[in-house]
Amino acid sequence: MEFSRRDTLALGVGAAALTMLPISVSAAADDAVAAFTGGADVSETGVELTAPEIAENGNTVPISVEAGGAVAILVLATGNPTPGVAQFNFGAMSGAQAASTRVRLAGTQDIVAIAKMADGSFAKAQQTVKVTIGGCGG
Amino acid sequence: MASGVKPRVKAPKKVAAGEIATIKCLISHKMESGQRKDKEGNKIPRSIINRFTCDFNGTNALDVTLEPAISTNPYFQFEVMIPEAGELKFTWYDDDGSVYETAKKVAIG
Repeated sequence: MEFSRRDTLALGVGAAALTMLPISVSAAADDAVAAFTGGADVSETGVELTAPEIAENGNTVPISVEAGGAVAILVLATGNPTPGVAQFNFGAMSGAQAASTRVRLAGTQDIVAIAKMADGSFAKAQQTVKVTIGGCGG
Repeated sequence: MASGVKPRVKAPKKVAAGEIATIKCLISHKMESGQRKDKEGNKIPRSIINRFTCDFNGTNALDVTLEPAISTNPYFQFEVMIPEAGELKFTWYDDDGSVYETAKKVAIG
């Protein structure tokens, strides 16, 4: 197959768009993290995030988060069009700082859970989920 | 109001005082994310439940902010401390302003 000038240009633009896309997506997730933590240091231990390694259907992916001593847990899907998933705020009557729910994932990506502890520190957990069929419709 | 919204809650009827009870709740709601398009290519506007709360005898146990990434028929499982007999109250807040409520009585024994 021979490349015309037009094909070559289109290829170049496509490749540039592909490389730009992940950067812009993770920037939105980083903003959400910064808004939640206020730029404070985030430790890597203290949160447990459970999600399947491979999800066949991105429309309902069961996840659960647990962080002893947390007052709030923020869950983000870094590869979704909007990274926010949910924020759990635990009240005085909460029996354990744990919750499960089902989420939509647009494609294979990392899920991030950030917990705000009662003493004001932050902790995070991250897991990659492979998605066979994305859950954002089309 | 979105049609066919029905909250369902599974909570124990009876617990020992001070026990931690596991609560499961689900509400039927289409949770339109605002990303999908209809046959003509127009965006279907976002219509989701944006907040869920659970209180025991007026004290908050869980307050969740939901985003469009929560699946259709949002489901939550969590734990609540039950120190005395009382009532669990569940509230869902829809984007269109409707509020769906349900309550479960819990006895000690």
